[in-house]
Amino acid sequence: MAKMTQEETQALIQEVLEVYPEKAKKDRAKHLAANDQSVEQSKKCITSNRKSQPGVMTVRGCAYAGSRGVVWGPVKDMVHISHGPVGCGQYSRAGRRNYYVGHTGVDTFGTMNFTSDFQEKDIVFGGDKKLDKLIDEINELFPLVKGISVQSECPIGLIGDDIEAVSKKKTKELEKPVVPVRCEGFRGVSQSLGHHIANDALRDWVLSNRDGDNSFESTPYDVAILGDYNIGGDAWSSRILLEEMGLRVVAMWSGDGTLPEMELTSKVKLNLVHCYRSINYITRHMEEKYGIPWMEYNLFGPTKIAESLRAIAARFDETIQANAEKVIAKYQAEYEAVVAKYKPRLEGKKVMLYVGGLRPRHIIGAYEDLGMEVVGTGYEFAHNDDYDRTMKEMGNATLLYDDVTGYELEEFVKRLKPDLIGSGIKEKYVFQKMGVPFRQMHSWDYSGPYHGYDGFAIFARDMDMTINNPCWNRMQAPWLQSSESSAAQQAAA
Amino acid sequence: MPNVMIRRRDDGNLLFYVAKKDMEETIASVETDTADTWGGEVALTDGSRWYIDPISPPPSFPTTLRFKRAD
Repeated sequence: MAKMTQEETQALIQEVLEVYPEKAKKDRAKHLAANDQSVEQSKKCITSNRKSQPGVMTVRGCAYAGSRGVVWGPVKDMVHISHGPVGCGQYSRAGRRNYYVGHTGVDTFGTMNFTSDFQEKDIVFGGDKKLDKLIDEINELFPLVKGISVQSECPIGLIGDDIEAVSKKKTKELEKPVVPVRCEGFRGVSQSLGHHIANDALRDWVLSNRDGDNSFESTPYDVAILGDYNIGGDAWSSRILLEEMGLRVVAMWSGDGTLPEMELTSKVKLNLVHCYRSINYITRHMEEKYGIPWMEYNLFGPTKIAESLRAIAARFDETIQANAEKVIAKYQAEYEAVVAKYKPRLEGKKVMLYVGGLRPRHIIGAYEDLGMEVVGTGYEFAHNDDYDRTMKEMGNATLLYDDVTGYELEEFVKRLKPDLIGSGIKEKYVFQKMGVPFRQMHSWDYSGPYHGYDGFAIFARDMDMTINNPCWNRMQAPWLQSSESSAAQQAAA
Repeated sequence: MPNVMIRRRDDGNLLFYVAKKDMEETIASVETDTADTWGGEVALTDGSRWYIDPISPPPSFPTTLRFKRAD
């Protein structure tokens, strides 16, 4: 299919929206747009961060998911209590593949589930006493725990428990930070507010813990990685590049991160932000309070990596700048070999993305390095500032969709006929059954890392493995095939 | 009267950020921007106008200030 024009994309959106009742149609139309790079502000063409329509199928999460699952969850040396009934914690346990090093259950607790397991009596009489007892038990059973966070589930807000009071009391008793997080699931329209609440809790209860304590020896090259959750080891493959450049990574937020690292972040010289959506709140705060500048970077695909490493180095002196060039040169042969191997197999393939956070815009560069084209992209829970950043990355007249519904995404796929879809687990099997190659881009389909030069090689291999998998020629049962198609298939196999 | 965080962008322009509205706009002009006062009517690149009582001495950015709508 040739490139679509602005009118064709608009017509496609109108056609897909046709089935909705008038009111729903009007609302959904605001969330779908044809990209126009000349528009400076996304709010002129797309609406985002609004409540989903009742009756449609959305894949958004809740504030608890944003706080417990995304921002707090990967902090490995803290226990994160899922405060409330048992389900929320149990069914989201260890699903995000935030890798970490340490002995689980001794000094790290990343994949474990701690819950206060609310019963009827706790709802009726309140759960503060239970929380108090629970925190004592945790501290006794796991004495190496560095801190505890209390992640509220919906009932805590509904019954009005005072988790702040309990937390303050226990902080004093245990001499360890106990952090109350008011991330009840009903807050906000998506997990995005959970990120914000988690950031605010970090600001109020963690970040200033070492103010006035200058025992930490800092260097002029101290940086912190923010918003990298180490999915499949992403933060590690990013970190080595920064360290090779001569920078010292003091803290990782929060993939493979620890509480002491987070407390030291106020001493760094530059904050490097990967996932802007989930962590920008705290970086803005640090910029204001401690004067630490921050910048966004992108380590997907060699073009963007080189761009980002140079931009990071430009913030430092000439040694670092020279080192950045050395790092890029060192890996050049490696990534050129990857491109040479996979580009001929992937060139011209079309991709549609529908993920969250930063990926709908950040991965575009990696696909382009492989000669692929992204024809549609969208976020589950982005705000307008994310779309501002996305519109520059995407080609003209490509499709943008915000909080797309199950129906819309399926229709778009049927009409745009992409060669690959990158989305979440809830979409995966729908599209695979439709015969479209699919990668689960939330957890890299149990692969990864995809960041950095090392990650790019894995990324390219995975995309090739998915798109050029021979199974896509076998979508029709043998007895339904005509003789020519089966002959062609045999020739292919 | 939203709380606005003002920070300097890499290109030297001031950025006007309202967290509650996810609004990130560049400041086009400031009524008073001298060595000892900063403030008055502030125009953004999207055309909206905001007002703050002139501050003296000028604040150091980034900082959070409370603005009023000018219109």
